[in-house]
Amino acid sequence: MSTNGGKSSGGKDTPPTPGHQVILGTKVPLRLDSGAELSGFTVAYQTYGSLNADRSNAILVCHALTGDQFLADPHPMTGKDGWWEQIVGPGKVLDTERYYVICPNILGGCMGTTGPKEINPETGKPWGLDFPVITISDMVRAQALLLDELGIEQLFLVTGGSMGGMQVLEWASMYPERVFAALPIATASRHSAQNIAFHEVGRQAIMADPDWCGGNYLAEGKRPHRGLAVARMAAHITYLSEQSLHLKFGRRLQNRKSVTYGFEADFQVESYLRHQGITFVERFDANSYLYITRAMDYFDLADKHGGVLANAFRNTPVRFCVISFTSDWLYPTDENRMIVHALNAVAANVSFAEITSDKGHDAFLLDEPEFHRVIHGFINGAAEHRGLVGSSALAPGERAP
Amino acid sequence: MTPESRRKAIRVDLQLISDMIEPGSRVLDVGCGAGTLLDYLVHFKQVDGRGIELSTEGVNACVSAGLSVIQGDADTDLKDYPDHAFDFVVLSQTLQAMHRPREVLEHLLRIGRRAVVSFPNFGHWRVRWELGVNGRMPVSEALPYQWYDTPNIHFCTIKDFVVLCTELGITIEKSLSLDHKGGMRRIGNNLFFANLFGGQGVFLLRKG
Repeated sequence: MSTNGGKSSGGKDTPPTPGHQVILGTKVPLRLDSGAELSGFTVAYQTYGSLNADRSNAILVCHALTGDQFLADPHPMTGKDGWWEQIVGPGKVLDTERYYVICPNILGGCMGTTGPKEINPETGKPWGLDFPVITISDMVRAQALLLDELGIEQLFLVTGGSMGGMQVLEWASMYPERVFAALPIATASRHSAQNIAFHEVGRQAIMADPDWCGGNYLAEGKRPHRGLAVARMAAHITYLSEQSLHLKFGRRLQNRKSVTYGFEADFQVESYLRHQGITFVERFDANSYLYITRAMDYFDLADKHGGVLANAFRNTPVRFCVISFTSDWLYPTDENRMIVHALNAVAANVSFAEITSDKGHDAFLLDEPEFHRVIHGFINGAAEHRGLVGSSALAPGERAP
Repeated sequence: MTPESRRKAIRVDLQLISDMIEPGSRVLDVGCGAGTLLDYLVHFKQVDGRGIELSTEGVNACVSAGLSVIQGDADTDLKDYPDHAFDFVVLSQTLQAMHRPREVLEHLLRIGRRAVVSFPNFGHWRVRWELGVNGRMPVSEALPYQWYDTPNIHFCTIKDFVVLCTELGITIEKSLSLDHKGGMRRIGNNLFFANLFGGQGVFLLRKG
């Protein structure tokens, strides 16, 4: 069913992606929202911990726009720690000694799951812009097929931040019987005009790079690194709060005593953003960035349910916990509260906490003890209701009261 | 919390409220604080319990303890809930802090088939003494705030509350008063007595 080190076709300089890969949609193709069909597509995923005998302890983690499946082990390309090492691991909030944690690379991604940089079997060339436009629902449908393949009927928990949270909401809406508890973090039920606007800046930066070659850069042996780096720089600003930028950099200069009266990176914040841009292009595919940002822009859960968000959750048996952060201006508390109000309107079982943090949208990835305490309490409470025996305790000091 | 400490932790007024709630029912606790009552109801009355709490500290404590609680404001957020979503809606020591207590009370009985409401009695003789004889706003163990920093903006007496229930067509199924030593009395027809000596009132209400 799964193999290690499946082949990646992204180009001669891309090593095979480690971890599990499975080919899905071979018998029945996956029908996408756009009407296109995908058959025989690959999903790459990582797992942590082990599935219990009655297959009731599985947790699906949905990653964000530029995340991937390597949430709790070193990234194969950058060597950096997994993006959710704060949360996932033995004795941590998502305790891998207790739960079976699955994290797949999303459809359209570029870490082994089928996306625009993979080979289109019909042409033998990279998909490029021939890849069909995908949606958040399509990502979730592909994940559901993965769970079928793994023999997991119901997830104990689905969680994720940002775009991961959008997938969590879709999961609860599309497959309520397959989700026991849902923990969407720092997210929204739809993309706002401001969200779309920022994404459009990023896409235009990529497409304005001559090396993008109309989306055909892989065949041309080029990479639109400059455009993708600018897209990343603009987006990165939205992940941080004004206060965190101020505290981190202020107006401090980069290795110099005074400004140079030129356009080098005089300020530390410039140098930092350039670094963010340069390191990002090493691991991310520009067309993937276009497709995934588009999927987020198209996301509007209420629109699919007659314009009433509550209809997405009518009679839901799922236990929800929604989390927002005070300084997150990308998916602010109001957007998260809108989800809570919709859940209240159908008398769903929901918790909602706004965590005080100055770290902006990225707070969900960082060391935020209060956030960890709250979600740990929610998960423990849900586990008790699910009848998952054994309890998990955080380290002393992080322990729930 | 161990079951033992839960039993010990609950205050007399919370015990009275708990006694009014049927085991296994659906309960919404409005202004649930750190979740003491909700936790007790969930574990000892097996209710399907939810809470709303304004303070971040309260919400975080509740959710950390595995309770289903949302950060929200009863003055604005009750309107989202559908009719008869709960068997009981509890408003414990919170009515006096509402901007629109009358609307809140109406929402309680729209959302819940029954409501349990408790509040400090501003008609208690000590309150009257402080105001009438000493000419000062009362500050006590039960009402520990100075006038300038109190969250309590809509005090009422037990009698005021009974009058409002009549105006809104609310039936009082049970009414109890508690004195400061924890002594409980049925209010019944002794409204004058209860209004003078009751430290707080605890009411079980239904619409119609």
